[in-house]
Amino acid sequence: MSDALDAAREVARSPLALLAVTLAGYQLGRWIQQRSGGHALAQPVLVAIVVTGLAITVLDVDYPEYRSGVELIAFWLGPATVALAVPLHRQADRLKGFVVPMLVAVVVGAVVSITSAVLLARALGADEALEKTLATKAATTPVAIALTDALGGIPPLAAVFAIIIGILSAITAPAVLDLLRIRDRRARGLAVGAVSHGIGASRMLREDETEGAFAGLAMGLSALAISLLVPVLALVLF
Amino acid sequence: MIAGLTWLVGFQLLGELVVRVTDVSVPGPVAGMMFLFVYLRLRRYDDAGSIVQAGTALLRHLQLFFVPAGVGVVAYLSVLGHDALPIGVAMVGSWLLGLVAVGWTAVGLERLLGRPRDDLPGHLPETGTT
Repeated sequence: MSDALDAAREVARSPLALLAVTLAGYQLGRWIQQRSGGHALAQPVLVAIVVTGLAITVLDVDYPEYRSGVELIAFWLGPATVALAVPLHRQADRLKGFVVPMLVAVVVGAVVSITSAVLLARALGADEALEKTLATKAATTPVAIALTDALGGIPPLAAVFAIIIGILSAITAPAVLDLLRIRDRRARGLAVGAVSHGIGASRMLREDETEGAFAGLAMGLSALAISLLVPVLALVLF
Repeated sequence: MIAGLTWLVGFQLLGELVVRVTDVSVPGPVAGMMFLFVYLRLRRYDDAGSIVQAGTALLRHLQLFFVPAGVGVVAYLSVLGHDALPIGVAMVGSWLLGLVAVGWTAVGLERLLGRPRDDLPGHLPETGTT
């Protein structure tokens, strides 16, 4: 009897089961999204993270073990990021008359988001390692990790911050943009991609192809801007 | 489908290669995206082509691919709880300021250059866009 239980537990903790839980969590998220008529809170990524997080806690699987078990899913993030060139290509006519505003806006946005994260954290009594970790959170996850490492922050936490900000943005950004009266779809996509990388872009892709295309482009441009600006701003801020 | 995926992986590989060789701190896939964009433009790539097909299929499920990294949040819940106030305020505050900065700078410059756009349905009387 206990042999059977052990065997069942072993299967439940296998990479295949972890993969199944992750996929099932995502499917549940999509189902809820459809059922709720595309409600902003019902982002499949959020539902999947909650379901999977609970599952690995119950199964007592630690995160590194989970992460290596689902490498098969994580792998596709790379090709999917490359694929963001596709909507951009289809929307390329819309770049006309927008290149200068776009480049200036991304640089301004990078300065504002790095500086404000550090200063707000400092004002509320965060230590320096935490300030440095927060500085890079607008960048796409691998950039945030690399920059935080170079700066002397806490790299895994930088990834967590980048993900959380992405989800926050996926849920609220379209409504906030409406409040800000930003009505040019290019500018809407640009703003979201610049502050919340691929997860923000995934929401905008669902809303509208132009918004998604410019969010993807902004993610790339702001990764570049943040990488170049963080070392410079660090001289002033720290 | 596989043809398109092969192209995407190929451009990711090119991106990784260029990033490593030139030592810029941009992720390989992001560089790959820029290269693929240039390629699609130069080739005047057709919508029926395999790269567009595979790319569109992958992007439909972009959120799925963030789940493995996202579950890492669970492992850091205690750290997040400890400094919840500075972390929460700094994240939300700087996200909002960044969003405002990018959006308003872009729209403001467009207006300066005389090419404002209004894509949304409905009408706002206060904004002078047409």
